[in-house]
Amino acid sequence: MDVFFESIKVMGFGMLGIFIVISVFYAMVVLLGKVFPCLF
Amino acid sequence: MKPLFDLYEAGIKSELFPLLIFVAVGAMIDFGPLLTNPKMLLFGGAAQFGIFFTMSMAALMGYSLKEAASIGIIGAADGPTSIYVASQFAEHLLAPISVAAYSYMSLVPIIQPPVIRALTTLEERKIRMPYEGRSVSKKVKILFPIVVTVIAGMIAPVSVALVGFLMFGNLLRECGVTDRLAKSAQNELANLVTILLGITIGSTMSADKFLNFDTIKIISMGLVAFVFDTAGGVLFAKFLNLFTKNKINPMVGAAGISAFPMSSRVIQREAQKADPTNFILMQAVSANVAGQIGSIIAGGLILALVK
Repeated sequence: MDVFFESIKVMGFGMLGIFIVISVFYAMVVLLGKVFPCLF
Repeated sequence: MKPLFDLYEAGIKSELFPLLIFVAVGAMIDFGPLLTNPKMLLFGGAAQFGIFFTMSMAALMGYSLKEAASIGIIGAADGPTSIYVASQFAEHLLAPISVAAYSYMSLVPIIQPPVIRALTTLEERKIRMPYEGRSVSKKVKILFPIVVTVIAGMIAPVSVALVGFLMFGNLLRECGVTDRLAKSAQNELANLVTILLGITIGSTMSADKFLNFDTIKIISMGLVAFVFDTAGGVLFAKFLNLFTKNKINPMVGAAGISAFPMSSRVIQREAQKADPTNFILMQAVSANVAGQIGSIIAGGLILALVK
């Protein structure tokens, strides 16, 4: 069961990590569009 | 056989073949639809849920954490990522994991529609999504792979090899001065490395290691991973619809898996079954491209988190 609980922990951190990275990419694309509209 | 052993050592153990495939995949991807509709990036994250769900299931079935992570990564719907992670964590399971990953990628048209129909109503499948067909400038297309590599390197350094090679391939495509290299990456490199990868992994499938109950279990869990990836994407889209004014067709969430471009085609076909005049292909392609990025990040995070 220890391995299972460890995997649940990895699931939590993993999904959180993915959303943090993806959100940074999202913010980056949106900011690029706002700050340098001429680029788009 | 020595040549096959040498190929295995040089191509799989050194992680060279999966990374070369990423260069080829990067050269094939157009991030344009994603850059015009960046919120689709979120689906590339949500549709990785199957990876972690399957990992927990495998752990519950008695596999070690590293083995479970390697089985779960089948849900990345991305052959090279699966091979990359499995070769580091569970080399002895590489053959069934590769077979499952590539088989289910081609079975996406069979796996996804029933899951989508089970989780959505006909009305939801009929939702129309207006598409702003604006073009993205060359500068943005060149900047995107560079900035993504830098950010991924800062946030999840372990993923930088995966992301970096994918984005390098994309840079070859977008920079506009390496057309021959981009075409070589898309065709000759992709074909050659796929052949070598197939031969090398095939050579590890000796009967005693492959024809056993473990293989059946791993292939079954691969199916679970794909089902829960699809479910994760669809349910996340439905969740977003609770807060957004412009409703998202929940089927687009299912395209957040990395099986490109198969998944987006499946979503468009399902949308037209619900409403023959509905056209959501470009949104699905955006989510699908985001899935490529999401799956690589998931692979990198698993490498970082599983000790």
